[in-house]
Amino acid sequence: MSSLLTDSTTISTTRPGSEEPLSTTTTIPRLEVQGLAKSYGSGAAAAHIIGDLTFSISAGEVVCIVGPSGVGKTTLLKCLAGLHPSTGGNIKIDGKEISGPPAEMALVFQDYSRSLMPWLNVRKNLELPLRHLKLRAAELEERCSTALNAVGLAGAEHKYPWQLSGGMQQRVAIARALAYRPEILIMDEPFASVDAQTRFELEDLCLKIREDFGMTILLVTHDIDEAVYLSDRIVAIGSKPARVLEVIDVDLPGPREQIETRALAEFAQLRTRTLSLIRQEQA
Amino acid sequence: MKSKLVLIILGVASPLVALGLWWSVSETSTNSFFPPLSQIMTRFSDLWLFEHFQSDVLVSMGNLFAGFLIGGLLGIVIGFVLAMVPLLRWMCEPTIHFFRGIPPVALIPIVITLIGFGSEMRIANIALAAFFPTLIAAMDGIRGIDGSLKDVCSVYRLTPTERITRVYLPAAGPQIFSGLQVSLQVSFVVMIASEMLGSSQGIGAMTLLAQQSFMSADMWAGILLLGVIGFLVNIGFEAIKSRVLSWHLGSKRLERAA
Repeated sequence: MSSLLTDSTTISTTRPGSEEPLSTTTTIPRLEVQGLAKSYGSGAAAAHIIGDLTFSISAGEVVCIVGPSGVGKTTLLKCLAGLHPSTGGNIKIDGKEISGPPAEMALVFQDYSRSLMPWLNVRKNLELPLRHLKLRAAELEERCSTALNAVGLAGAEHKYPWQLSGGMQQRVAIARALAYRPEILIMDEPFASVDAQTRFELEDLCLKIREDFGMTILLVTHDIDEAVYLSDRIVAIGSKPARVLEVIDVDLPGPREQIETRALAEFAQLRTRTLSLIRQEQA
Repeated sequence: MKSKLVLIILGVASPLVALGLWWSVSETSTNSFFPPLSQIMTRFSDLWLFEHFQSDVLVSMGNLFAGFLIGGLLGIVIGFVLAMVPLLRWMCEPTIHFFRGIPPVALIPIVITLIGFGSEMRIANIALAAFFPTLIAAMDGIRGIDGSLKDVCSVYRLTPTERITRVYLPAAGPQIFSGLQVSLQVSFVVMIASEMLGSSQGIGAMTLLAQQSFMSADMWAGILLLGVIGFLVNIGFEAIKSRVLSWHLGSKRLERAA
């Protein structure tokens, strides 16, 4: 309604000002992996799991890492999450090198049944990582209810994880990560142990989280369809030792939709391209 | 639902029937080792309700709980430390397995020579007996904690105190409780045994004295009392366990139903 009153000069002066901070934040990647290497043991007997891995993720991106099984994806995630020290290269968040698990990061594990605390109800599971942040009661409440609403578990606060289905347990694990308010959400094959229908729902939940919370999401999967469906970019990894084969830009039109997006010709092309990359690697 | 009720009635009725049988069969008994149950019950109420209740029953129970709590708590704490510090564990484990192999009752003479015949001796003995089962269970429980739970702790940067009290302790809870249950049984045995050796107070001492003075009814009354106490203590323990481990028992029940 005020557009009629504003003249063209005010518009032209405000626009560069509002764009400037945006362009500076995009120049430093949110997550940057440079020459990452990881090996176990030393000398001739050393097992080189990760060779020389370089890629970066901008803020707000969804990136999937795909590769054949046994390629060292889980090792890579554990290095990224600061659980294992790397033996070479570095990992930076917003330009700062990490040592140990960074506060800006949350991880959703593949096996939900072993990552939730069975002795805590859903609400207490969400609160556990927040205790040491010493939040005010109102903020704690707000974070937990927002997270539970986001994953569609608003009524399940007082249930125990083992009273819920597998898909719902993984939702609790995602809600726990959301309540932690990380900048980067890392997921290790998060939908591998749920049924196909739940998997579609959780994939869409993942995209919704990116929209609603502006999180940067890095997801490891061996499911190429899932990678194409979710990603802005796919990092295809080859094995022995793990290294980047190719970074594939996924320019599918958004918002994505399980039936329509998967029916697009571009979807099939990207799928074929990624699959053949990984097939070549396995052969 | 109906069949469950029947089972409960059966569970209550069958010991009552057994008691009734004992009562009627023993009523005419002249065997001095097996006096009539009616006579045992009379002695039971004369002796324990409530003449010796304070001087003996409460003393025994106090020793039992003090020893059990000291031994159990030490077992949990030291079990934690040994499970978390591999070097210490390698140093101590063979010794622990040697000492736990010695029947706890066999240690009573040593403790008597060290600290005499008082209550301290009995509590020390009970604690020593209670210590090992809980120690070993706690060690196993903590070492068996899933690596992914530890990863969760690291990723979410839990403080060391949070890890221990809010993750490791509950995760090892089921095993710690089975250790404590064994500890409680052993404590009970050692409580009686320690009273039977050179003590003038306690249920064990009274029962042994009755036997040595050919007062069979008094002896049987003591044995009955021990049975009742053991039964009640176990019910109490189970009640605490089902409260603390409700999550574990609940998930197991659900697992079985699935």
